[in-house]
Amino acid sequence: MKVLVPIKRVVDANVKVRVKADGTGIDLANVKMAVNPFCEIAIEEAVRLKEAGVAEEVVAISIGAQACQEQLRTCLALGADRAILVQTDAEMQPLAIAKALKAIYDREQPGVVIFGKQSIDGDNGQTGQMFAAFTGLAQGTFASELTIADGKAQVVREVDGGLQTVALTLPVVVTTDLRLNEPRYASLPNIMKARKKPFEIVSPEDLGVDVAPRFTVESVTPPPQRAAGVKVESVAELVDKLKNEAKVIE
Amino acid sequence: MTALVVAEHDNRELKPVTLNVLAAAQAIGGDIHVLVAGADCAAVAEQAAAAAGVAKVLCADAPAYEHQLAENLAPLVAELGAGYEHVLAAHSTTGKNFLPRVAALLDVAMVSDIIGVDAPDTFRRPIYAGNGIATVKSHDAKKVVSVRGTGFDPAPGQGGTATIEAVASVHDAGLSSFVGEAMAKSERPELTAARIVISGGRGMQNGDNFALLNAVADKLGAAVGASRAAVDAGFVPNDMQVGQTGKIVAPELYIAVGISGAIQHLAGMKDSKVIVAINKDEDAPIFQVADYGLVADLFNAVPELETAL
Repeated sequence: MKVLVPIKRVVDANVKVRVKADGTGIDLANVKMAVNPFCEIAIEEAVRLKEAGVAEEVVAISIGAQACQEQLRTCLALGADRAILVQTDAEMQPLAIAKALKAIYDREQPGVVIFGKQSIDGDNGQTGQMFAAFTGLAQGTFASELTIADGKAQVVREVDGGLQTVALTLPVVVTTDLRLNEPRYASLPNIMKARKKPFEIVSPEDLGVDVAPRFTVESVTPPPQRAAGVKVESVAELVDKLKNEAKVIE
Repeated sequence: MTALVVAEHDNRELKPVTLNVLAAAQAIGGDIHVLVAGADCAAVAEQAAAAAGVAKVLCADAPAYEHQLAENLAPLVAELGAGYEHVLAAHSTTGKNFLPRVAALLDVAMVSDIIGVDAPDTFRRPIYAGNGIATVKSHDAKKVVSVRGTGFDPAPGQGGTATIEAVASVHDAGLSSFVGEAMAKSERPELTAARIVISGGRGMQNGDNFALLNAVADKLGAAVGASRAAVDAGFVPNDMQVGQTGKIVAPELYIAVGISGAIQHLAGMKDSKVIVAINKDEDAPIFQVADYGLVADLFNAVPELETAL
């Protein structure tokens, strides 16, 4: 069985981002970029499936500019067997990404497709489910546990009230939550080996999908800033302020 | 112009967040219909019909919809949604699960997690963990939108007299089945709906120490939350996580105990009306957003707080 893992290049989770002064977006000039943390968990899960003998091959795929090669190389160093970049400088929205991935899916025929549940830049959380709709596959979203046996996937999902377990027919789409696994670090020998692994570049035109944007971001503004508050000296003063100044407790 | 709101429920009760989604639909304008899809969910349809501003309730009552599995629910919502300009649901784990699937079936974009409506086709939503607020204009004829509950004051749950119409359409994709669930049982209010929330972080040191927070919560009628650090460390279950990738809360009062204040946590609570931080590290970033900061050892301060209330 083959596992396909779509990954996204995003700003590093530790970077404090700022809105551009002209309000057109987030300032990403000279900012450290990384594999989206949820996608890193997806790669880790796929590699573990291979190590457990459930999967034979792990294919990492990304859609975006040439610079995404860097993150795909990271995935190869983490244990993916080969990489595909759908290279484009156009703005790619979740619906278009899901369509491009559907075209790759048809070609690759994987048994499991593992996505991150959301990217930490757009925070949309849509691509995995849209892809599941286009391919007609079952979806196990927000997974904290994945077991594959007898043509089925059992997925424990993190839902608002606790945990839900579902059984899904293969092939299956899984989106990762934080507690699915703890991703490993790439070792230096594996980083060296990654350079020799197969790396394919295709264009959205090659795949024949319509990637026209469906919405426009009119502006991006900084969130309202909270004024710095006061420090209180004691619990008694805190309770007094909450009762008499903020009036939020009685 | 008519909007279809997909109700959030557990087959017995309409979840309060549905009323926030109704408020978003009212901000868009036009008539509002509500879809209740479940099994033996007639009571929910009646509650939805009583909500102010609802013109019609569609009730799809079938075993295939009992657990609102996306594989079965999405085709139903897409089929019904074809007749509406807007399809809305809560940005909860249920809405986040099925709604993108609906959008794809309708071949339209989805606008996630809106906190404001500027026009029927233009919405405001947080990006980059709330470090930017994007104004997004949809160019699709149909808008599929998930709504952040705390972004809208709830519509009244009473005063409506909508008609209830049964929907016969049953979609059973046969791809997925419900195996079981482990739901946290608590007498306390739900995190996202609570007026007061008290959360603990890594500083709590272990799960047992959350009893200190529970004691304060019981006195205040508060919900108890946690930072990702506390959940990842195994102190408490995942459903308590407040943050960018957990629950978004905006209570009247948020008390952060032993939480340093990573941006991912702040993304989940900085719209709270009043924020209190108790932390022994006076340089903790949480103090930059706190209205009232107390630099103290939580193991002294929290019991003292409980006694003082």
